[in-house]
Amino acid sequence: METKHRDLTPDLFGPLGVDEQESERIAGPPVGFWRDAWTRLKKNRGALISLATIVLLFAMGFAIGPLVASHSPYAQDLSRRFAAPSADFWFGTDEFGRDMWSRVWAGTRVSLYIAFLAALLDMFVGVTFGAVSGFLGGRVDDLMQRVIEILNGVPYLVVAILAMLVFDPGIITISIAIGITGWTFMARIVRGRMLQLKDQEFALASRSLGASRSRLVWKHLIPNSLGPIIVNLMFTIPSAIFAEAFLSFIGLGIQVPEASLGSLISDGAEQLRFHPYLLWLPSAVFCLIMICFNLLGDGLRDALDPKMRK
Amino acid sequence: MTRYVARRVIYMLVTLFLIASITFFISKMLPGTPFADPKLTPQVRQQLFEKYGLDEPLYVQYVKYMVNVAQGDLGNSYYFEGRPVSQMILSRFPVSMFIGVQAVIFGIVVGLALGIVAALRHNTIWDTLAVVIAVIGVSVPTFVLGPVLQYWLGLKLGLFPIAFFESWWHSVLPSLVLSVFVISEIARFTRSEMLEVMGQDYITLARAKGLSGLAVIIRHVLRNALIPIVTVLAPLTIYLVTGTLVVEQIFAVPGIGEQFVTSVFVNDYSMILGTSLFFSVLFILALLIQDISYGIIDPRIRVHGAKE
Repeated sequence: METKHRDLTPDLFGPLGVDEQESERIAGPPVGFWRDAWTRLKKNRGALISLATIVLLFAMGFAIGPLVASHSPYAQDLSRRFAAPSADFWFGTDEFGRDMWSRVWAGTRVSLYIAFLAALLDMFVGVTFGAVSGFLGGRVDDLMQRVIEILNGVPYLVVAILAMLVFDPGIITISIAIGITGWTFMARIVRGRMLQLKDQEFALASRSLGASRSRLVWKHLIPNSLGPIIVNLMFTIPSAIFAEAFLSFIGLGIQVPEASLGSLISDGAEQLRFHPYLLWLPSAVFCLIMICFNLLGDGLRDALDPKMRK
Repeated sequence: MTRYVARRVIYMLVTLFLIASITFFISKMLPGTPFADPKLTPQVRQQLFEKYGLDEPLYVQYVKYMVNVAQGDLGNSYYFEGRPVSQMILSRFPVSMFIGVQAVIFGIVVGLALGIVAALRHNTIWDTLAVVIAVIGVSVPTFVLGPVLQYWLGLKLGLFPIAFFESWWHSVLPSLVLSVFVISEIARFTRSEMLEVMGQDYITLARAKGLSGLAVIIRHVLRNALIPIVTVLAPLTIYLVTGTLVVEQIFAVPGIGEQFVTSVFVNDYSMILGTSLFFSVLFILALLIQDISYGIIDPRIRVHGAKE
């Protein structure tokens, strides 16, 4: 190809000029922290499926399961004990002839309820404790940290067992026992964030505008710590679910005739030889719950706190 | 370092003191007395109360109880009359420990191997396998895994005895069940730490110096990757304790866990409280060892105190 040479004369060159308006224009809509996290979470297929499954499990436990069940979870009928799964009893019946379908969903309800309550306690006690400790600092912080170090040595199992002995065994007692020991890790994380954030410019700005201390903490510092709080919450939940099921399995948790997945699994293990469906069904539902919460937790951690990714 | 260790030990003692005090007051809050038998005449009951010091004021009982606990005396079992709780615990402990230690050793060996292979063959089938096992390990609890393995390996395939504790073969299934969580934790940890270390500059330097691949992995990567693994120690202990309760129940192993579950069913309060105290001591000791070894490895923790 032939190129045509042309003389370069100075008049060909001139300042282009910067359009002030143009350079200030923002190219795309601003992507905030939460939008960014949501985009990252959407890419994680396992976490999304888990989220959908958890929603489904909630629906099954609280609405669909009991609604479509034609038998009460408590009605005993010895004439129909150990009925195998059939059109009438979808999950079969247990040794007292109780309908396993409704019992499994009743147990699921307990697990999800525990998940919710443990998360709530963790959030209120752990976040408040950590926020106060980190924000006030000094002697108060010192004292509060000593309290945490001492509580940290108390195994939850022991607290739960002792609580079960003194109070009536049941959902409330289990929740309290889990709540007493479960929040220390959350408090540590929130305290760390507080120490890190409280001297930053935006906090100083808010303070110089006359914001009160509680406003500063609740409107600025806590919202800025929500990422780590949510991530930690997602790991509290499966351990609380496990704790309840474990206690029910060894007979210290939910008492008959109430059903918990732990006690159903315990009963099922005894009948394993002749009626294995009594073990498989509650076990499968329980493992599904655990896997979903764990995968969702992993996904949220990657989405909200990419640095923590392991 | 001495100051750091001394501080950890003091925390440990305070925690233990607290737990022991709580167990004492809980034992006082429990309904009924150990001598509620209606056949006892008031005089005999009075004598029994005097013999066991139950007629004394609460604070005297408390001091006596604490002194006894400090000496390792946890009182007598309510159910098996006259048998000291501490003796019953110690007689059962070796069986539980054997199963637990076997599970941990097996778990560490398999977990390490799996974690190393997963990190070296990053994004291959081995890697996926390690991730899947890690998810299963935290999601499938011992009380599901136990019956499942009992059913398949024991009952269907007949490879191992499914219950009791008569020979080494009987310990295989219980240990196997316990080891799954250990494998998953160790594999996950080793994998992620190795991936992190392999990206470091000093690994590139080691390679640039001309060290062979194996030497780099063993001398540089593994050594640095395995340091933080001590953080698994305390959670692992608490897991083994809960695991023992479940596994011994499922496989009818005469260990400390099986005894504990039985004592729950027969309301043997002194046994329950004593075992709880024993578990607490185990956990706190593990925590202490973890903190101290962490302090030795990472000097920053010694200076700043708590790990963040």
